[in-house]
Amino acid sequence: MKLELRGITKRFGSLVANDHIDLLVEPGEIHSLLGENGAGKSTLMNVLYGLYQADKGEILLDDVVQQFAGPGDAMKAGIGMVHQHFMLIPVFTVAENVMLGHEDTKFGGLLDLAGAREKVREISARFGFDVDPDALVDDLPVGVQQRVEIIKALSRDAKVLVFDEPTAVLTPQETDELMVIMRQLKESGTSIVFITHKLREVRAVADRITVIRLGKVVGQATPTATNEELASMMVGRAVDLMIEKGPAHPGPVALKIENLSVIDPRNQLVVNNVSFEVHEGEVLAIAGVQGNGQTELTEAILGLQPKVTGTIELDGNSLRRSVRKTLDAGVGFIPEDRTEDGLVAEFTIAENLMLDRSHKPPFVKWGTLQLKYLAEFATEKIKEFDIRAQGIETRAGQLSGGNQQKVVLARELSRELRLFVAAQPTRGLDVGSIEFVHTRIVQARDAGVPVIVVSTELDEVVALADRIAVMYRGSIVGIVPGNTPRNVLGLMMAGEMPKTVESAA
Amino acid sequence: MSNDQIPAEGQLPAVTGESNELVDVLEPGQKPGEMIEEPSRSQQVIRDIMGGTAVISVLAVVLALLAGAILIALTDKGVQAASGYFFSRPGDTFKAIWDAASGAYSALFQGAIYNFKRDNFADGIRPLTETLTFATPLIAAGLGVAVAFRVGLFNIGGRGQMLVAAGAAGYVGFAWPLPFGIHLIVAVVVGMLAGAIWGGIVGLLKARTGAHEVIVTIMLNYIAFYLISYLLATPGALQAPGSNNPKSPPMLPTAVFPELLGPKYNLHLGFLFAIAATVFAWYLINRSSLGYQFRAVGENPHAARVAGIKVPNIYVYAMLISGALVGLAGVAQVLGTVTTGFSAGIDASIGFDAITVALLGRSRPFGVFFAGILFGALKAGGYTMQAAQSIPIDIVLVVQSLIVLFIAAPPLVRAIFRLPAPGTTKKPRTPVSNARKAEVAK
Repeated sequence: MKLELRGITKRFGSLVANDHIDLLVEPGEIHSLLGENGAGKSTLMNVLYGLYQADKGEILLDDVVQQFAGPGDAMKAGIGMVHQHFMLIPVFTVAENVMLGHEDTKFGGLLDLAGAREKVREISARFGFDVDPDALVDDLPVGVQQRVEIIKALSRDAKVLVFDEPTAVLTPQETDELMVIMRQLKESGTSIVFITHKLREVRAVADRITVIRLGKVVGQATPTATNEELASMMVGRAVDLMIEKGPAHPGPVALKIENLSVIDPRNQLVVNNVSFEVHEGEVLAIAGVQGNGQTELTEAILGLQPKVTGTIELDGNSLRRSVRKTLDAGVGFIPEDRTEDGLVAEFTIAENLMLDRSHKPPFVKWGTLQLKYLAEFATEKIKEFDIRAQGIETRAGQLSGGNQQKVVLARELSRELRLFVAAQPTRGLDVGSIEFVHTRIVQARDAGVPVIVVSTELDEVVALADRIAVMYRGSIVGIVPGNTPRNVLGLMMAGEMPKTVESAA
Repeated sequence: MSNDQIPAEGQLPAVTGESNELVDVLEPGQKPGEMIEEPSRSQQVIRDIMGGTAVISVLAVVLALLAGAILIALTDKGVQAASGYFFSRPGDTFKAIWDAASGAYSALFQGAIYNFKRDNFADGIRPLTETLTFATPLIAAGLGVAVAFRVGLFNIGGRGQMLVAAGAAGYVGFAWPLPFGIHLIVAVVVGMLAGAIWGGIVGLLKARTGAHEVIVTIMLNYIAFYLISYLLATPGALQAPGSNNPKSPPMLPTAVFPELLGPKYNLHLGFLFAIAATVFAWYLINRSSLGYQFRAVGENPHAARVAGIKVPNIYVYAMLISGALVGLAGVAQVLGTVTTGFSAGIDASIGFDAITVALLGRSRPFGVFFAGILFGALKAGGYTMQAAQSIPIDIVLVVQSLIVLFIAAPPLVRAIFRLPAPGTTKKPRTPVSNARKAEVAK
């Protein structure tokens, strides 16, 4: 099916999220929509999917103008969406999820589960998905859950499939498998719109690329374009994809972790007997697919995990006392979920800047907030960290992701640090903010601070790491030098330690 | 980076169709809530209500008064009689409606603020002092509830905290002969401590065992009520000697709150305590380190915990202070308003009205102060309405309840007055949950 968007304009108040966007997706084509966060990609797709009504412009399928009042209409017309966050009910089986929203019933309102199962098996067999229709979604790995989403869309005869940032939650291997699936779908005649900001994936799979910036189409490109070309189109200026980073000058060991294990509240062993050291002035990156214990490891260092065994020593002193004492010992922390754990959305920027020093000078004297000092401090940090906001009284929840992260960064880097732990520091950020955050992390390292960066992005790991520890199912597969090739890291992320690789533990 | 001006896609106002709750369940790497529970639905409700503007509060009052006028008209005998011949003389009906409503509200005004029927100012102003007297415990208890709200806790236990505080302060008041001045201070301190302990139990149970504060406070209300009833019926405890009634002896004169404006008026020292409590609560919430931590925990307990704030301890501190402030209301009742001895009904359901006052004041200390005065006025004026216009006191209570209803539903008020939805100054819900969505993008 041919999909055409003509002059789509969508405003939110004074903000023009989509400004006369034209897009043409030929039948059986993988068309990549490339743009930074906030460029208007998702808005455009929500218009296409009937979730938003466009202020201007029209949607054509096979040259017929369509009117979508809601997702139901879009689905009927043959548009399927694989959301970034899966719209699945975890306690339902695959078949139940697939039939959800268009349940076939038999006599007496009985659900036709057998039919749904058959449908899942049929589609699953057609593309070699290997999905059990009776498995509970909750028990499935993320990659398989995504296939369930695809099956769901295909079961409604989708001719145009929209993938909204589909690789965000996948391992490199799962990503490769998804690419294969996308090519298969394409060969069977499905048109695909692939929304992403990851340049490598675009070049690997797209037939054509449309780049969006600030709500406008800024150009078309072919997969032969270089990363630098695509990035500068996305950002609107030349971008250094690799930040400048001199060689590390590691000092003595600062953080020493031995035999650390963490049991989560569901009584699962999530970190299994992990030991490593971090030296002053080096970046240890902890790589691995999401959910292999990295989160719990950083939380254990901070003192946020209740059931921990083993030792964590910073400068020879045990850290395992309380979060307060850990922070006071000079540990800076960027939590991986900044809106949930890093910021109080209803607080102003200024208030957020004192969040982890709410009990002592300089922000508090005699139990009283030092508002004047706080205002001066916040004004200075807004400038220093290039936080784009109307003023220090702006609520953190109103900031864009990049600016929110800069607030967290400003808060954590404004203290005297003895250890800096950054979990997923650039997740969801635009290219410009990523550059900024990376530069700051390297600056901290160069100032002699031991740094731990947890990342699921190989790009980020490779850009920042002096040494790389790869985690898999709660254990460290190995610690390797920062220049280890990506394919080796990919293997390690799947739990295999190639024999040829030298260890840097 | 120039497009930092544009909020991330997910932050655009408008809801992205399918439910975000589903999304949250499956979020990768989501960690289970450990020491603190997930911000519950009730905390979200508190946040939504507090997010309303002062305009909403005022408009809610206006709407409630309008609805009250309709009710008054409907229940008025004159209106009912005139509507019998509505089609022959419709003017009569409208006049009757106007008479009923305006008569009721002017009686309310004259009963609550200034009585024009009196000759001199000193007599005319008496209703206002009555209003302030009624407002005193409402303000104190309202502040207590508001402090708990700011930490994300629903303190429904005002009744129990007031009763315990009243019992303790009352006991000191009639049983301990102490010198003038000292007696009063000791009674107030003991009463507030009792309230603080009763509230602190709730905080402790929540912090240590995760028990929900709503259930615990409600149960503690019963415990306090029957405990005080028992003590009031037990000779040698709170019961007046030589009496069979479940009632305490009168307060010793040294413990009674002095009247502020002389014996002609009922207004007592308790009102100054209420003002002091308001200033204290303002300082606590807006200027103190502890209050900052209160607000941080109330808005986002996860971030507070990561920032080293001990969330369980904050729950305990907040409930201690909340209980002490509510306790002050109980103290003001026994030492100021009803000094001739108290019974188990001494709380006069102020503990529950305090929730309304805190909501109407949007949990801001000075907002609570004025909301308390408004409710004091409704109480003082309500009796005049009943006496002068024979309007049932229930109607006044209906108006009060309507105020709460309108405050609890800001979208309703906005819809009626066609106010803009808070989309431009984004409410926390959509952006936050959607920002989380956008976040996993990388």
